Amino acid sequence: MFPADLKYTKDHEWVKPAADGTAVVGITHYAQDALGDVVFVDLPEAGASFGAGEEFGTVESVKTVSELNMPTAGEVIEVNAALADHPEAVNEDPYGKGWMVKIKLDGALAGDLLDAAAYEALVSAESH
Amino acid sequence: MSTATELMKTPLNAAHRALNAKMVDFGGWDMPVQYPTGIIAEHEAVRAKAGLFDVSHMGEFRVKGPGALALVEHLTPNAVSKLAIGQVHYTAFLYENGTFVDDLLVYREGEQEFLLVVNAGNIDKDFAWVQKHAGAFDCAVTNESPATGQIALQGPLAVDILQPLTKTPLAPIGYYFFTHGEVAGIKCLISRTGYTGEDGFELYCAAGDTEKLWNAVLAAGKPAGLIPAGLGCRNTLRLECKMALYGHEIDDTIHALEAGLGWIVKLDKGGFIGREALLAAKAAPAPRKLVGFKTLEKRDIARDHMPVVQDGKQVGFVTSAAPSPTCGFNLGLAYVPTESAKVGGRIQIEIRGRAVDAEIIPTPFYKRSK
Repeated sequence: MFPADLKYTKDHEWVKPAADGTAVVGITHYAQDALGDVVFVDLPEAGASFGAGEEFGTVESVKTVSELNMPTAGEVIEVNAALADHPEAVNEDPYGKGWMVKIKLDGALAGDLLDAAAYEALVSAESH
Repeated sequence: MSTATELMKTPLNAAHRALNAKMVDFGGWDMPVQYPTGIIAEHEAVRAKAGLFDVSHMGEFRVKGPGALALVEHLTPNAVSKLAIGQVHYTAFLYENGTFVDDLLVYREGEQEFLLVVNAGNIDKDFAWVQKHAGAFDCAVTNESPATGQIALQGPLAVDILQPLTKTPLAPIGYYFFTHGEVAGIKCLISRTGYTGEDGFELYCAAGDTEKLWNAVLAAGKPAGLIPAGLGCRNTLRLECKMALYGHEIDDTIHALEAGLGWIVKLDKGGFIGREALLAAKAAPAPRKLVGFKTLEKRDIARDHMPVVQDGKQVGFVTSAAPSPTCGFNLGLAYVPTESAKVGGRIQIEIRGRAVDAEIIPTPFYKRSK
């Protein structure tokens, strides 16, 4: 539920940095569980740039809608087009097929990202 | 997530937790919004097979005595005297100005005995309202809510699932009729009613028997595909059928006629609270109307309470909206100016600062084939 190779935000996004200065972004297992059945993911176009913490899209479930905030500054270089027809991938595989955007990092990773242990502690505090 | 005040619990609270339900604060009650199956699967189960809901949070008042019929006639706009013993109808408590104290079901248990079933979040307000008016009538009013459990078995397979558990013949019970009998050895009021638009039964029993009844029905229905269903799908199911929800389509700012509930208002039945205001409202053109709409783009998902706008000005509001699992598009209900309230017409809804197009479409959005 908390892959060790990811970094996490306090509002339940994850970011997976690669060695080439890019990173993949999605929402966590906890976030998809809280949302319930995802029916639509509104994502930006490739080429859009966002600062850390900036809203880059929304995820809609049957019962609610949630903003997607960029975990760390970067430019979108690819979006997960498969989510248009299969938004349920966010529920089924939030760290894999349910990824949302790939970005080119703008500078270093944001300093306030959490590692898996710190994120797990945050989630267990929220669910009690 | 913690809350400062202690939430109320139904007799099935432990059962929901054992089923790994996701629990939420629903009007002060700790209720299951969904089970691990999820809202869409639970919604589809009710439409195609059957779902089982805990509705023990609902309130039950008994009105009994020589003045019972007169009191219920005074408190509600529907024609109570027309109810046969063993019949139920949908109605409301209205204020003098015709707006809603609450909506409710009235069960006629006897010539002068009625069971009133009200919304959980309104139990205290409703009971005070009934008591306030009961003084002039010769009858006793008791709040049986804490002593009463209720589960709702809803879906096309409801009769097939329930019949093996009871000697009471179920097929002869008409829609919006009820009887008393034993289900799984437990004394129940067996009511062919529901809030999903499907066939089904609402079973009322003693609070202490609720868990045994729940487990027996769940086990009996499992081979047929029955699953526990939460409040999340209860909302999408009722919305597809345009059934009102207090706090959304109806409240103390909306009167019964503009809510499209003229069919529960029998102005010719004699006096009842709210009658004069509704007579006046009927004589004047209605400024607004409740309509059903669908948004035109997949990404445009309206939500409860969003503004309806026209030329940048708010002219109405969304009461309830959601992506519809059965219809496959995003639908909702909204109050709009009467001149805009034509089927096929366009309205605009403001979704997070963006005005999006919606088309007014006929309601109910879903109707089961009989």
